[in-house]
Amino acid sequence: MAVNLTIDGKPVEVPEGTTILKAARMHGITVPTLCYHKDLTPTGNCRICVVEVTGQRFLQAACVTPVWEGMEVKTHSERAVGSRRKTLELMLANHPQDCLTCDASGSCELQDLAYEYEVEVPQWGYKGTRYVTDSDPNPFVRVDFNKCILCRRCVLACEEIQARNVWGIGYRGFEEVIVAGADTTMLDARCESCGQCVAYCPTGALTNKMSYGLGRAHQVTKVTTTCTYCGVGCQLDLEVKDNRIIGVSSNPDAPVNGMALCVKGRYGYDFVHHPDRLTRPQVRRYLLEGGSKSRQGSSWDWVETDWDTALDITARKLVATRDTDGPDSIGVLTSAKCLNEENYLMNKVARQVIGTNNIDHCARL
Amino acid sequence: MAGLATSFGSGAMSNSMDDIANDAEAVLIIGSNTTEQHPVFGTMLRRAVNKRGLKIIVADPRKIDITEFAVLHLRHKPGTDIALINGLMHIILEKGWEDTAFIEERCEDFDAFKETVMNYPPDKVAEITRVPVEQLYQAAEILATNKPMAVIWAMGITQHTVGMRNVMSLANLQMLLANMGKPGSGVNPLRGQNNVQGACDMGGLPNVYPAYQPVINEEAQKKFQDAWGATSSLKVGRTVTEMIPDAAEGKVKALYILGEDPVMSDPDTNHIRHCLEACEFIVLQEIFPSETAPYADVLLPGVSFAEKTGTFTNTERRVQMVHKAVEPLGEAQPDWWITAELAKRMVAAGGGRQIAAGPYAGWDYADSDAIMTEINALTPSYGGITHARLEKGERLQWPCPNVEHPGTPILHSKQFSRGRGKFMPIDHVDPAELPDADYPFFLNTGRVLYHYHGGEMTRRAQGLMEVYGQPLIEVNPEDAARLGLNGEKRVRVTSRRGSIEAEAWVTDRVPPGMVYANFHFPEASANELTIAALDPVAKIPEYKVCAVKVEAVK
Ligand code: SF4
Ligand code: SF4
Repeated sequence: MAVNLTIDGKPVEVPEGTTILKAARMHGITVPTLCYHKDLTPTGNCRICVVEVTGQRFLQAACVTPVWEGMEVKTHSERAVGSRRKTLELMLANHPQDCLTCDASGSCELQDLAYEYEVEVPQWGYKGTRYVTDSDPNPFVRVDFNKCILCRRCVLACEEIQARNVWGIGYRGFEEVIVAGADTTMLDARCESCGQCVAYCPTGALTNKMSYGLGRAHQVTKVTTTCTYCGVGCQLDLEVKDNRIIGVSSNPDAPVNGMALCVKGRYGYDFVHHPDRLTRPQVRRYLLEGGSKSRQGSSWDWVETDWDTALDITARKLVATRDTDGPDSIGVLTSAKCLNEENYLMNKVARQVIGTNNIDHCARL
Repeated sequence: MAGLATSFGSGAMSNSMDDIANDAEAVLIIGSNTTEQHPVFGTMLRRAVNKRGLKIIVADPRKIDITEFAVLHLRHKPGTDIALINGLMHIILEKGWEDTAFIEERCEDFDAFKETVMNYPPDKVAEITRVPVEQLYQAAEILATNKPMAVIWAMGITQHTVGMRNVMSLANLQMLLANMGKPGSGVNPLRGQNNVQGACDMGGLPNVYPAYQPVINEEAQKKFQDAWGATSSLKVGRTVTEMIPDAAEGKVKALYILGEDPVMSDPDTNHIRHCLEACEFIVLQEIFPSETAPYADVLLPGVSFAEKTGTFTNTERRVQMVHKAVEPLGEAQPDWWITAELAKRMVAAGGGRQIAAGPYAGWDYADSDAIMTEINALTPSYGGITHARLEKGERLQWPCPNVEHPGTPILHSKQFSRGRGKFMPIDHVDPAELPDADYPFFLNTGRVLYHYHGGEMTRRAQGLMEVYGQPLIEVNPEDAARLGLNGEKRVRVTSRRGSIEAEAWVTDRVPPGMVYANFHFPEASANELTIAALDPVAKIPEYKVCAVKVEAVK
């Protein structure tokens, strides 16, 4: 059944049961939101998406109110805008004023709304830090509940996306705060360190500890790629600054995983810049000196060389082995970590250049 | 995945993760620790349980995390998967739950199969597997009456001497219930490494060219002879589990190893070390000085996934772009560049091998896109999978034979790749090594959430090490009490091949009589203990079962 209504004077038709917010978005009309996220069950608790509906005494939360026949909605009436401003003012009154040094600056939805609605911190505003910053020992998630606006997105992300139920609401009234389990640490509350709660947090309350202080949204380049760990094939964005990966963020368009990642995909990237990485070709000294192979003494030492030397030596050795002992005296192990294109070339070098079918990889292992 | 290839003609996962998560009414997870090995798919399944009441049955000796979300957990004895599946099928036939129309129209060899299954009545199966008869009936009913039902497995099924037969058994079950070719159904082996599917697709196997064109087939040989100007013989090559031991016998004299770490990942580490020492020349192309590096003669520095552009293929046959994000470290180079440069030099050196002219004989590639163009031409299932299409955001799962083709999310929808689905009569066989008086425990091995494979990458990720920084051996509380572990935390685990010491994690995740170890840490890698007994066809080692003894370390 279709329902007809008007939004900001524009007649629109949507299926029955559609919320005002969805109806507006379907027709290109913007209603600001904060606690709402399309992947999560709407709760209507932040009051930012309130709109005016003709004939209704109270403003309605667009994210949870279904449309009805003949409804007239004003998304930016004076009342609605005034209410949003007031709501934002209350939030800022209870929020640290440290956007200058906050990791989330530039990717913070609260900051964007304050800017859009020209809200400033009220005179009677922020009195001081209420919670310990970086309060949880989890090695990946940095927790600072001074910046929490109690939107509950983290609670829902953990419950509905990760199905782990780590976060909940503790205490009452002004004391209300997000707690892990029965107010313990995240890991004790069975957190899997997937970082879903970080990805859905609209402010700087939950951020990535490994990225702390390394760069903010406007300073990083995001490169979409595919995870290097398991066969699920999650896609993600690598955040790069000065030729270094400083973090990973979810890419909502990822075909398999959407915003979800696991601990390895989201936080297992620091091996890329590890000091153990091999950065120059190396050959055993005996290969340079032309003597015969010996595992003893200095002839077995590694010597760093240039590419030409290393590749020429290798090519000569492999050709000699092939020609003396036959193609099947050489074995090729290709890699389930490498690209399709690289595996194809390994198959080609084995079969065309060496002439053997001795090629395999760790699929069996 | 030779087992599936025999039953259906294609060894790949038949369905996609999202259709299983969205459409399956029931799922059988057997030999897959899904939430730890394929974490995001694990959470998709957990969500499906919470949101729409998906019924999960887990068959696994260990109480793995996903059992929390299961309606039933069958804790069968290690190495008795075939008996278990045959037992379930026996009940299905007894109750008349099989789909006779599907069996007649789309399958063959049903009678011989049925005869075998009839030898597995519930009482006998309960005795072999230690799963109570009532649970067998419950499981059979849930699996048979909730449709579509998908079967999911991983290395817990394949890493046995009977791995291939385990797989054919599961294929039998899905044919019996007609759970093939539609959303939410199918046979779904989850591939471990990020690009293990792609490595197989690209001919990284001793018996096939790219797209599984058999090397023993003369037509295939001619196709590649013409394209490349030279190719290999009609004789199937050696597998990794044969090649390395061949080195000790002098049959293999040189190894070219790309990004693999046999010392950490292959069974029976001591023997592997001995074989590598015997090999005359080893070229290792790697990003880290791995545990295999001490045996290498040449080390060529490749790059990580973040420093190159190309494609990976995930477990559901989905080909996706990998994009270079940072410049290679130091003088390291993308692996495709290194292989191509090496090949050019070998060709230039000439020697005793003639390479004729051919449209794809050369080795000059400007980038990985140029290599993909060659793949498109020679790999039928990848014919239409181009970088250009992927960059446009097209979502492609092979088979995708041409650039107009939208890809294939679900296999076998009209008919099986081989025509008719083949029922195989499969009997239970005991594992190669069972516990006895000297080695009274089962050892089971695998991975944990926070680490990956030999741990070369994850052990170099600081945060992951903070959460899981040392090898832990899971021991059941009853056994811990019997071994007098009270207070003492360290245990020594010894098999006929080696011994490791590590901290015990006393937990009922493992049943009494079994310990579980991982192979992420060189100081106590489970592969010091594992047995190199192989499945006779698939040549996969039996990592999942061997016999050990366990002692407290004072
Ligand atoms: S990291 Fe993941 S598991 Fe941990 S609290 Fe956040 S969403 Fe939940
Ligand atoms: S993010 Fe986790 S689940 Fe996804 S591909 Fe990477 S390792 Fe696998």
